Amino acid sequence: MLKVRVIPCLDVKDGRVVKGVQFVDLRDAGDPVEAARAYDAAGADELCFLDITASHEDRGILFDIVARTAAECFMPLTVGGGIRQVDDIRRLLLAGADKVSINTAAVNDRAFVREAALKFGSQCIVVAIDAKRVSGPGEPDRWEIFTHGGRRPTGLDAVDFATEVARLGAGELLVTSMDRDGTRSGYDLSLIRAISSAVPIPVVASGGVGGLDDLVAGVTQGHASAVLAASIFHFGEHSIGDAKRHMAAAGIPVRMG
Amino acid sequence: MTATVALVDYGSGNLHSARKAFERAVREAGRSDRILVTADPDEVARADRIVLPGVGAFADCRRGLEALDGMVEAMTESARGRGRPFLGICVGMQLMATRGRETETTAGLDWIPGNVEALQPEDPSLKIPHMGWNTLHPQREHALTADIPLGPEGLHAYFVHSYALQARNPDDLVAVSAYGGPVTAVVARDNLAGTQFHPEKSQALGLKLIANFLRWAP
Repeated sequence: MLKVRVIPCLDVKDGRVVKGVQFVDLRDAGDPVEAARAYDAAGADELCFLDITASHEDRGILFDIVARTAAECFMPLTVGGGIRQVDDIRRLLLAGADKVSINTAAVNDRAFVREAALKFGSQCIVVAIDAKRVSGPGEPDRWEIFTHGGRRPTGLDAVDFATEVARLGAGELLVTSMDRDGTRSGYDLSLIRAISSAVPIPVVASGGVGGLDDLVAGVTQGHASAVLAASIFHFGEHSIGDAKRHMAAAGIPVRMG
Repeated sequence: MTATVALVDYGSGNLHSARKAFERAVREAGRSDRILVTADPDEVARADRIVLPGVGAFADCRRGLEALDGMVEAMTESARGRGRPFLGICVGMQLMATRGRETETTAGLDWIPGNVEALQPEDPSLKIPHMGWNTLHPQREHALTADIPLGPEGLHAYFVHSYALQARNPDDLVAVSAYGGPVTAVVARDNLAGTQFHPEKSQALGLKLIANFLRWAP
């Protein structure tokens, strides 16, 4: 039986993990490769690196991190952040990423998704959707795509956009609620469910996890194929094993051991 | 004597992690095999074992393989002529089929009779690609899966694919995975074998399967 994936996500800036990973004794809590190794050993099903390096010129260091991680971790690795052209994807895949996550470039140019999927295969093209609820109380649910860390509205309806990029060849969607991100108040389950039921491809739930029940709800109510979280894992509140045991107890199929 | 394992590099994805996984399997098994990533047909012809990886679309991979002058001939001579152990991974395994039917129909190597067809799970709510960790269900015993815990409580393999090989000969099926019906996971015929999943990304199961391949004496 296919298992629901638990995916820790590391924000990487200028080659360092933002805020560090503190659940194990690492020689260097800010080293992404050490953090990746720790999550590999802890039984994470995949790992996600999100590069938030501001300057394009400083991004070379990311390729080295990806290469060193892929050399040690025999687990799937998704890398996102700042991907603008086909050559960015090629370089990341050659460095050892298994999937790349495209965000702003997909919003700016839908044809880029098709080009990437044709060139490298849908299996490695993830589209990251950052959405905010724009419907008022009592109105039917509506979410809009935002870029630039949730600051810039695009006017695009999130469910329509998801349907379109799936049709263009995306192999997976990483759906983040910008309303919930960092709030620890749980995923926006209506958003996750609305998108998951609209597309034939897997959806990864993201944004807002504050506890293990949120991971369960992402699957049982959001109908996500995978659940992504950051701080609850990095700061040692919960281990990957805790998360999986909690999900298994709720009847969700997970990969143990 | 040090045996050489050739990983065929025909521009289909990154072979870095595959090489590292094979090197680790060599180390952990206390062996001395040399792992060689190569695009040179002569090196492939000389190798004791051949691994054909592959990610992306069937037709693209086939074209990539053809673009290396003499590679298909070298692989065929070694695997079919000399009976050297051969392992296809993901699309590398699919290329061993008669033909691929992914957007366009493309001839495969026709070593394992059957076509590569789109996954069509009985349950339409199941997502495509079949992406993530799934268990394997043995169809028959085989050296590649020896001593690997299989079945619902067994180890997991990492899959990511939208098409699968439908082997014409049931004896070629070594293991399947369940995803809205059986999905071909491991095939083998004589000295030829293939996995739909990625052993180089499948942690314990993957390393064991690679070690079994290194020892395999078909």
